[in-house]
Amino acid sequence: MSTTSLRRTPLPRPPQPVLVAGLFLLLIASAVVCIGLGPIAVNPTTTARVLWAHLVPGEHEATWSLIDERIVWVFRTPRVLLAALVGATLALVGVVLQAVVRNPLADPYLLGASSGAALGAVIGLVLGATVPGLVVSGSAFAGAVLAGLLVYSLASRGGRIEPLRLVLAGVALSYLFSAATSWITVTADHGKLPGLLFFLLGSVASATWGTLLLPALGLGIGIGYAWWRVDHFNAIMTGDETATSLGVDVTRFRVETLLVTSLLVGSVVAVAGGIGFVGMVVPHVCRLMVGAEHRRLLPVSLLVGALLLVVVDTVARTAASPRELPIGVVTALVGTPFFLWLLRRRPVGVGS
Amino acid sequence: MSALATELAVELCDVSVVIDGRALLDRVSLEVPTGQMVGLLGPNGSGKSTLLRTTYGAMRHHSGHVRTAGLDLATTRPRDLARRCAVLAQDHATDLQLSVLDVVQLGRIPHRRSRGARGTDTDLARDCLARVRGEELADRDFSTLSGGERQRVLLARALCQEPELLLLDEPTNHLDVSHQLELLELVRSLGISCLVALHDLTLAAAYCDQVALLQHGRLVAQGSPEAVLTSERVEEVYAVTCDVLTHPRTARPLITVSPRRRG
Repeated sequence: MSTTSLRRTPLPRPPQPVLVAGLFLLLIASAVVCIGLGPIAVNPTTTARVLWAHLVPGEHEATWSLIDERIVWVFRTPRVLLAALVGATLALVGVVLQAVVRNPLADPYLLGASSGAALGAVIGLVLGATVPGLVVSGSAFAGAVLAGLLVYSLASRGGRIEPLRLVLAGVALSYLFSAATSWITVTADHGKLPGLLFFLLGSVASATWGTLLLPALGLGIGIGYAWWRVDHFNAIMTGDETATSLGVDVTRFRVETLLVTSLLVGSVVAVAGGIGFVGMVVPHVCRLMVGAEHRRLLPVSLLVGALLLVVVDTVARTAASPRELPIGVVTALVGTPFFLWLLRRRPVGVGS
Repeated sequence: MSALATELAVELCDVSVVIDGRALLDRVSLEVPTGQMVGLLGPNGSGKSTLLRTTYGAMRHHSGHVRTAGLDLATTRPRDLARRCAVLAQDHATDLQLSVLDVVQLGRIPHRRSRGARGTDTDLARDCLARVRGEELADRDFSTLSGGERQRVLLARALCQEPELLLLDEPTNHLDVSHQLELLELVRSLGISCLVALHDLTLAAAYCDQVALLQHGRLVAQGSPEAVLTSERVEEVYAVTCDVLTHPRTARPLITVSPRRRG
């Protein structure tokens, strides 16, 4: 351990309430600005006024055009909110999984839930395209949960789940699901292709006020669960034996988190497709900011995840305007260099 | 020793652990009297870690009875056990991005009813750090500690559980001689019942009230270091040549080993 003296000194850490409040304000401000950006720009003051009029009951004098109002409230606000919900959920899933499998590279993709959901969605699209919304969401959700159960049953042996086996089973199944998804994509009739691509690359473009319900519900459950188990996350990242000696039923806890994260990923993929890297990158960045203690890490990760996806989605829909870049492409463009930097920066694996 | 009269901190009765048809523990009976420090000795693979894991429920035994800190393991929830028994396992991750104070407060997990009450936890954590003479480490990053500091902090974490029993799995691994002595001295000074797996026979003889010697998953002997660590027994269990001397300063047994002569 002679290298320990060469380790970085920790970054100065602002007090937690200040950081959380700051990030929250930043998120609100970014959301307002991003709602205004697009082919028809609405200035932030107008945007804020429209939002204010809708959110606060009472008489409001309309100083804006009806078009501005529709753009802000009907089209862009749900989309920005969906981006925030999805970003926060993916970050939450990343934090949870990285703690539970003790692998810094864990993300929703790694345990098969994302690719399972994509496969479910694609099957739903091909089979039941008549009522796209409901069938596709439902089958994406089912795909994620089934993938989670499958990974779990492959990874458990004699009632125990080893983190490494969990990761390997997840990776192997992800490949299988991706192959199946590609097969269906290639053989599907061309009319369905745009819909398929949406799920493979991810997008929050389909957002309406109605589509917000499922991910909002999922995120609420996820936050409640994570906060309830926050001590368990702190314990399990130190090691299975130590966690056991602290009174954590490690195997049951892994099953529990696998189920919850599958539900969360399902709820997100169902409405936004597969969006990579957010779940892996955000927990890392936040750990650099506030450390790995989950009482501090969770709220910060949720906010940073939301903030990141709001900004990234705005880039995705404005950078190549009038065309839209798939959000998965933009997150990968941001995520890959970060991933490589991370690889060079610290030794791979946990435990030096 | 009137072990029957005193209360027992650990009581293993005919315990067997079998995995894939191999007996890792074979009808082991072992006792740790309250307030005593018992050393667990034996060659690699003799079952020391298995015995410790069985004692705190990380491994299930297939037959026999285990009572740990007065609780029957067959009917005890992990959390209830964790309120009475703390463990220094070998698997603790070292590159955690946690402050020392965060790590020590992990010991409060089994005691927390609600998410609140962190203020008193922090005070207790600082007290525990003080008991291992680590006050000045409180705000350091755990990953930047030296091996000796790390073990002291983990001991403070165990103390933060307010245990009546400590289980330690080779706590002196990777420590230099002075830190080995410092750690065992510290553990002894706490006055908590403890069962500690050790490799160094002389160190065990110097600090433990009793030692228990394991071989191939069986208990060979338990008793005072002088009674258990005879040269014949050490030669047989470890397949070495052994001479037991008397330590010139402490008058404790000094166990020296050399390779077994062949032919």
